[in-house]
Amino acid sequence: MKPVLEVTKLTMDFGGLRALDRLDLIVQEGEIVALIGPNGAGKTTFFNCITGIYPPTKGEMFVYPNEGHPVSLKGLKPNQVTEKGLARTFQNIRLFPNMTVLENVMIGRHCRTKSGIVGAVIKDKRTRAEERKIVEDSYTILEKIGLTRYVNEFAKNLPYGAQRRLEIARALSTEPFLLLLDEPAAGMNPQETKALDALILKIRSEEKISILLIEHDMKLVMSLSDRIFVVDYGKKIAQGTPKEIQNDPAVIKAYLGEDIDA
Amino acid sequence: MGYFLDLFLSGLTRGSIYALIALGYTMVYGIIQLINFAHGEIYMIGAFTALIVAGVLTIYGWNQMAIIFIASIVALLYSMGYGYTIEKIAYKPLRHAPRLSALISAIGMSLFLQNYVLLAQTSDFMLFPSLIPDFKFLTSFSHIARPSEFVIIISTAIVMVLLTFFIKFTKTGKAMRATAQDRQMAMLVGIDVNRVISITFIIGSATAALGGVLIASHIGQINFYMGFIAGIKAFVAAVLGGIGSMPGAVLGSLVLGWTESFFTGYVSSDYEDVFAFIFLVLILIFRPSGILGRSDTQKV
Amino acid sequence: MSFEQIKKSLLVSLWFMVLTFPIMVIRVNTIYHTVEWRWHRMFGVGISVFVLSFLWRYLMGRKEAGLKRKDRGEADILSRSQKLLHEPRFTRPAVIMAGAFIIAFPFIFSIYQTNIMITALIYVVTGLGLNIVVGLAGLLDLGYVAFYAVGAYSYALLNYHFGVGFWIALPIGGGIGMLFGILLGFPVLRLRGDYLAIVTLGFGEIIRLVLENWNAFSFGPSGIANIPRPGLFGVDFSLREATIYIYFLMIALALFTVFVVRRLQNSRIGRAWIALREDETACQAMGIDKTKTKLSAFAMGATWAGMAGVVFAAKTTFINPASFTIWESIIILCVVVLGGMGSAIGVIIGALVLILLPEYLRAFSEYRMLLFGAILVIMMVFRPGGVVSEVRQTYQFKGKGD
Repeated sequence: MKPVLEVTKLTMDFGGLRALDRLDLIVQEGEIVALIGPNGAGKTTFFNCITGIYPPTKGEMFVYPNEGHPVSLKGLKPNQVTEKGLARTFQNIRLFPNMTVLENVMIGRHCRTKSGIVGAVIKDKRTRAEERKIVEDSYTILEKIGLTRYVNEFAKNLPYGAQRRLEIARALSTEPFLLLLDEPAAGMNPQETKALDALILKIRSEEKISILLIEHDMKLVMSLSDRIFVVDYGKKIAQGTPKEIQNDPAVIKAYLGEDIDA
Repeated sequence: MGYFLDLFLSGLTRGSIYALIALGYTMVYGIIQLINFAHGEIYMIGAFTALIVAGVLTIYGWNQMAIIFIASIVALLYSMGYGYTIEKIAYKPLRHAPRLSALISAIGMSLFLQNYVLLAQTSDFMLFPSLIPDFKFLTSFSHIARPSEFVIIISTAIVMVLLTFFIKFTKTGKAMRATAQDRQMAMLVGIDVNRVISITFIIGSATAALGGVLIASHIGQINFYMGFIAGIKAFVAAVLGGIGSMPGAVLGSLVLGWTESFFTGYVSSDYEDVFAFIFLVLILIFRPSGILGRSDTQKV
Repeated sequence: MSFEQIKKSLLVSLWFMVLTFPIMVIRVNTIYHTVEWRWHRMFGVGISVFVLSFLWRYLMGRKEAGLKRKDRGEADILSRSQKLLHEPRFTRPAVIMAGAFIIAFPFIFSIYQTNIMITALIYVVTGLGLNIVVGLAGLLDLGYVAFYAVGAYSYALLNYHFGVGFWIALPIGGGIGMLFGILLGFPVLRLRGDYLAIVTLGFGEIIRLVLENWNAFSFGPSGIANIPRPGLFGVDFSLREATIYIYFLMIALALFTVFVVRRLQNSRIGRAWIALREDETACQAMGIDKTKTKLSAFAMGATWAGMAGVVFAAKTTFINPASFTIWESIIILCVVVLGGMGSAIGVIIGALVLILLPEYLRAFSEYRMLLFGAILVIMMVFRPGGVVSEVRQTYQFKGKGD
């Protein structure tokens, strides 16, 4: 087992507010890891720090690609983080509403392809071949996620559950080795959640992608995750297997409040 | 030293006028995050309305104090009406649209109002009557500055004080601050957000119109185009101070007024407007949050 | 039309009659101290506002119905005109007829009219260029005319000092436009949308004011005259022939622009532009370099403005800074907004309507800018996508459907 993501003592201050407080987290290869905690605990901030949207105040973040040396994520821009092999989804769906479903996925291929303005205008052999490849690869991903019947629909016209899945498809098309999912089951009905559960497992087994997810649906978290990290007020309060977490008094306290002992 | 003092005072005068306009920009921006491009046009319409009213009353032989009073009041009322109406037509339907749409709509409104005045009135410069009287008590200072300069500076100061009190202590002022902080939340606690936005436009328009009347009677002529450049410069001032912040708008205006005045006085008057634009570009590039503004982090 | 509605419209029209009263009705002469009362205008305002308020309410109702349809998750229904644009039975003869008309135009109509058409075509090209920046990449550039000026002055000055001819100046003008686009774009493109608009406006005005004041370089407000029209292997043209020549040249340039824009639109770069417009944060998170992508859109737009500027200088043979005011940028913006942001056909229609209509309806021309202002507001309120909305490429996958 080797780690794919290693975060040490990550700290993020917003003015006087400490949103993340010396947070440590490791994701091993092939693992599904969940990050849970009450609302406002700093989970999304954590994602935003790793993916380059916020520059963290202190701490180290390293990823370990399949080949080559470990890479520090510090100071990278969001697009550079994605190039390194991390892809994410957003808590409040952020698709490109006036582009088709296929085009949304094609955007993910951007950082793995090269053709420029000149190529686009003269449409030389290389550009045409690349364009064809982009379309085919994107379609293959849609097949895997099960969205092919929406191929040419505008993303904004998709039903909610399908939009969530399209976000995952778009992230997959950037060829990540670590996928960050921010509340993928939010707003889904039990059936959709069940399908999502299967989808995430499939992504791990078929694509060999490790997954770090933020989720509030405890049933989903408990059934999916190999390990769980619990944060509260930006601090890690517990970590372990689902079983360990379920019985951890600190976690129960964080979720149900102080007066539980009283 | 005399020349320096002249430039200092003329800068202060300019700055005061910018401040009166910049307040409207900054208040509107604070509440609906929109650059109200048509704001400079309100200032122009205020000046035109005052000129028309004063012109009519002069012909009917009213006395000067009455003319000043009535012309200013009517100009203010009308500008408020225009501000209110503009918001209802061009911005309210776009409240949930992308910001780009609202901005384009604002540019359209500005273009429309300019040409409306151009067509309904004239494209030429119009002579503006000197509404500001030569107050006796000020003539003893006339070796320092023209009475109209004093009047501009003093009235601006009074408006600032009144406005600060209004925002700080009245119920409506509090509602405005709440809406600026979080519109959704303000709505949930029972604030009539549409009403607050209307009031913001009305107050902003009134101060801009006051600026229009004062500067017109200081310079002595107006035309339909006067609002555009003044509007842009006041916007520069608002950004310089930190858009959304009222003390910032005043500070930014004074800084811009003085730098412009000294620049044209000591360096070159050919490039006066270029200077303002370069100033704008530099601020937005290097300190877009302004002197007193908070930098806003985007929410993801 | 209920009683309530009539009452509401009456109130609105009364409000406008009062509101527009001083400026519409009274006209004072401050020198001779005379007043002119133009009461008839007040009734004009009252009646037109009354009618317009019904129209407004009707359009508002339609818009809301459309939004509700979308909320229910129903797909956007393509309008009839939209379908017509994609029906080969209709488009093929239409294209042939339009082609024949375009070729015959300068031979049927006078030089004067050909010149107007050339102007409209220049707007088609600049509109398509600005469409890359505003329509595709979603960057509101209010200083677009600066690049147009850069192109025009490049040709005029290169010709004046070094005798450079039109055909050499055309790519050079485009190149200098692009260079300026990159130079100006680099510092400003990290700004948020609305600040970007103001800064580009500032840049546009700076360039114009510099051209106006820097006499040694640009000959100041008096401008540069005697710019040669484009030549063809040293053939001497009469004025009429030269105009026809420029006309066809402009047609070719417009077609070339359409060709390039359409190819870009459905390319890797074009998709990145659109993604950037749709959601900047998500776009970056998908691995797209924001700055590079914005810069490429900005530079592409500027290139086209530069080339159009060269043609403009060659067409009018005289240029001065007065041709390049902020309002010129706004007219081009209006072309894009009316036609449809992101749609090439839309921009062509927009340019032809906005430039030709005021020319042919002389009574209109006085109200041109007033109407442009109104169009910007009305389009944004009722149809932000423009007359022809953007259509994205669709892909067929044979035998793969599920």
